[in-house]
Order: sequence, then structure tokens, then C-alpha cells
Amino acid sequence: MASESITSTEYIKHHLQNLTFGKLPDGSLGLAQDPEQAKAMGFWAINLDTLGFAFLLGILFLFFFSRVAKRATDNVPGGAQNFIEWIIEFIDNSVRGSFSGRNAMVAPLALTIFIWIFLMNLMDLVPVDYLPVLAHSLGLPFLKVVPTTDPNATFGMSIAVFVLVVFYSIKVKGVGGFAGELALQPFSSNNLIIKTLFIPINLFLEGVNLIAKPVSLSLRLFGNMYAGEMIFILLAIMGGSWAAASVGGSSVLFGSQVLLSLGWAIFHILIITLQAFIFMTLTIVYLDMAHQEHH
Amino acid sequence: MNINATLLGQTIMFILFVWFNMKFVWPPIMKALSDRKKQIADGLAAGERGKHELELASKSAAENLREAKQKAAEIIAQAEKRSSQVVEEAKGVAKEEGNRIVASAKAEVEQEVFRAREMLRQHVADLAVAGAAKILDREVDAKAHADLLKTIKAEL
Repeated sequence: MASESITSTEYIKHHLQNLTFGKLPDGSLGLAQDPEQAKAMGFWAINLDTLGFAFLLGILFLFFFSRVAKRATDNVPGGAQNFIEWIIEFIDNSVRGSFSGRNAMVAPLALTIFIWIFLMNLMDLVPVDYLPVLAHSLGLPFLKVVPTTDPNATFGMSIAVFVLVVFYSIKVKGVGGFAGELALQPFSSNNLIIKTLFIPINLFLEGVNLIAKPVSLSLRLFGNMYAGEMIFILLAIMGGSWAAASVGGSSVLFGSQVLLSLGWAIFHILIITLQAFIFMTLTIVYLDMAHQEHH
Repeated sequence: MNINATLLGQTIMFILFVWFNMKFVWPPIMKALSDRKKQIADGLAAGERGKHELELASKSAAENLREAKQKAAEIIAQAEKRSSQVVEEAKGVAKEEGNRIVASAKAEVEQEVFRAREMLRQHVADLAVAGAAKILDREVDAKAHADLLKTIKAEL
């Protein structure tokens, strides 16, 4: 949508702004009409588009899966059940492969992460302008379609995972065991004084290690999806500006945007699946580490 | 791209979704999967058992067949033996019967011969007496010469 009235910068900025609902500068509740207003809303504002799409996709996913689960038969499965079973077995194998403890929650957690993130990432393949333009015609100032390009969403999930990691670390190893793991590793000594001296260093290293888990988990997903979205936006600008610049061959240049977007979309199918899989696998691994006693 | 309460919303939603999956999606599907696994294992075991039983059955059938053949052969041999025995017996009986018939026939013949001879002797005696009467020209008193006639008869 790079028409003459907006510049490329405005176009990109417009695409990267969430539909934020919060307290407006004049004190009333409402939608932020520009990025500055959204920023001014502070923490107590919500991105309606992120939550809305995440919720819709999650409900879609749960509705489909629970419908199949309710009708699950141990006889010859139908097409839908076959498909669901294929996914479930794939996830079950991943969990069995990486998770050595016994916890009934890990596999459903992994399933939720994989399918939900996959679906949210999949929104990236909807052409960049379709839904925002639709939203604009409905009077919404902004619409960011892909929830995983919002760090709120990715951090929201990784923080939940982090809480689980800490919770199970303490549950399995006890407070002392968990604290010991943080304070007495990786440097250790038989000499008590040196051991005491090592504690702050160990605490720092292990603390960074611990904090890095949710940060890397969410930033990896966010970064990949954000970059992917950005490339779609840039391709759209390129096609649009070329088409605007040339008079005669505009259809050829427009075609080049279509081709490039198509190529990137095909490649992106790989990325969105891979990122969902990585998030799931790392969650399983982190929880496995939380369940393991150190020797 | 501001960090705001969306974070909390996303976390809560995530936890609810995981809970829902844990409660309503994962267990029934895993149950269906494990049930099917069990069914398949049972089916395979039943198939194996059936195969084994078939093997046993065919083995016992072959055994039965062999026994039946043997029995049949025995029966045939016995029957042959019996039939030859019967034939022998019949032969013996027939021979005896034949001998007896021949013997009775001989006896009858002899009797006939004896009777004929007696008759002949009677006739000859009568003739002799008639001849003698003619010769003597008088009637021989049969009563008076009964002893004489008897003696003659016996001599003839």
C-alpha cells in the first residue's frame, strides 16, 4: 500500500504498530491513533490485535483438537483423527526423546507451544496488506496480524515457561538444591574459603544462564518472525514503488513483487515451522534440565 | 512495540490453553493410541496363535490320515484273508457234500442193484418152479415144497 500519500517509512511504521487499547492522553480509554500515543499509554495497555489473533488461533486449535479428541476411537481412525494422531505422536516422540523425567504436563505443554506458535506464525503468510486494509475500512487505525512479531506475545509465553522451569527446579531439587545449583557451579573447590569466594562468580554466571533461557527463547522467535514480516513489507514497498515509478512496465514490476513474495513465503513456511519446533524443543529441554538432579 | 499488559494476557492465555490441552486433548488421544496399539498387538498375537493352531491341526490331520490309511490297509488285508478263508471253507464243505452225495448215490445204486438182483432171483425161482412144474407135469404144491423152494431160491 505504498500509495503517493504515504512514504515508505510511514508505511513500515504503520505496519509495525500494534492496535493498542489503553488510556489516552486526555484521560479517556480508547485506541491509540499513532505510535506516540501507544507509547504514552505505558504498561497498562493491551495490544488488541496480538491478543485477538492469538486467542482466535488458540481457540481454533483447541476446538479442532478437542473435537477430534472427544470422538477419538481406537478403531480405524478417520482423516482428521489420523492427522491429529500424527502430530501427537510426533510431539510425544520429541518429548520422550528429550525429557527424561515423569511429568504429565510436559507433553500437552509442548503440543500447545508447537501448534499455537505454528498457527500464529502462519498468519505471516497472509499477504501483508489484506487484513490491515480490511481493518482500516472498519475504522481501526492499526493492525498487526502476526502475534509472534509482538515481543509481548513471545515474552508472555517464554515467561510462563521460565516460571515452570523455576517451579519444577524448586519442586524437584528443593530450595536448597536449586540455590546450590546456582551458587556452587560451575566453579567448585574442596577448600571452603575458595568455595565461598566462588559463590558470587557462580551466582552471576548461573543467573545469566537462567535469565538467558526465557530471553533467548522469546527473542529468537520474535526476531525471526519480525525479520520475516519485515521482508514481506519491504517486498511490498519495492513492488509498489517500482510500479509507481515506471509508467509502461508496471505490470512486470508488480509481477516481480508477486514472485519474490511467493519465493519468500515458500521459504518462510520452513522458518515458521522450524521456529515453532525450536521453541517447543527448547522448552522441553529446559524443563528436562529443571527435573534433573545434578551429581 | 511496547512491552505492556499484552504480556500478561498472553501468559494467562497460554496457561489456559496448556491446561485445556492437558485436560481434554492429550489424554483421550493418547488413550486411543495406546488402545489401538494394544488391539494391534492382540490381533497380531491372535494371528500368530491361529497360525500355530493351523500348524498343529494340519499335523494332526496328516497323522489321522496316516492312521486311517494304515487301518484301511489292515482291514483290506483282513478281508482278503477272511475271503480266502471263506473260499477254503466253502471248498471243503462242497467237497464233503459232494462226497456225501456220491456216497449216497453209490448206496442207492447198490440197493437198486440188490433189489433188482432179488427181483431177478425171485423171477428165476418162479421160472424154475414153473419149469419144474411143467417138467413134472403137475403142480408143485407151493406149500408142501416151500422148504425146497426156499433152498433153491437161496442157491440161485
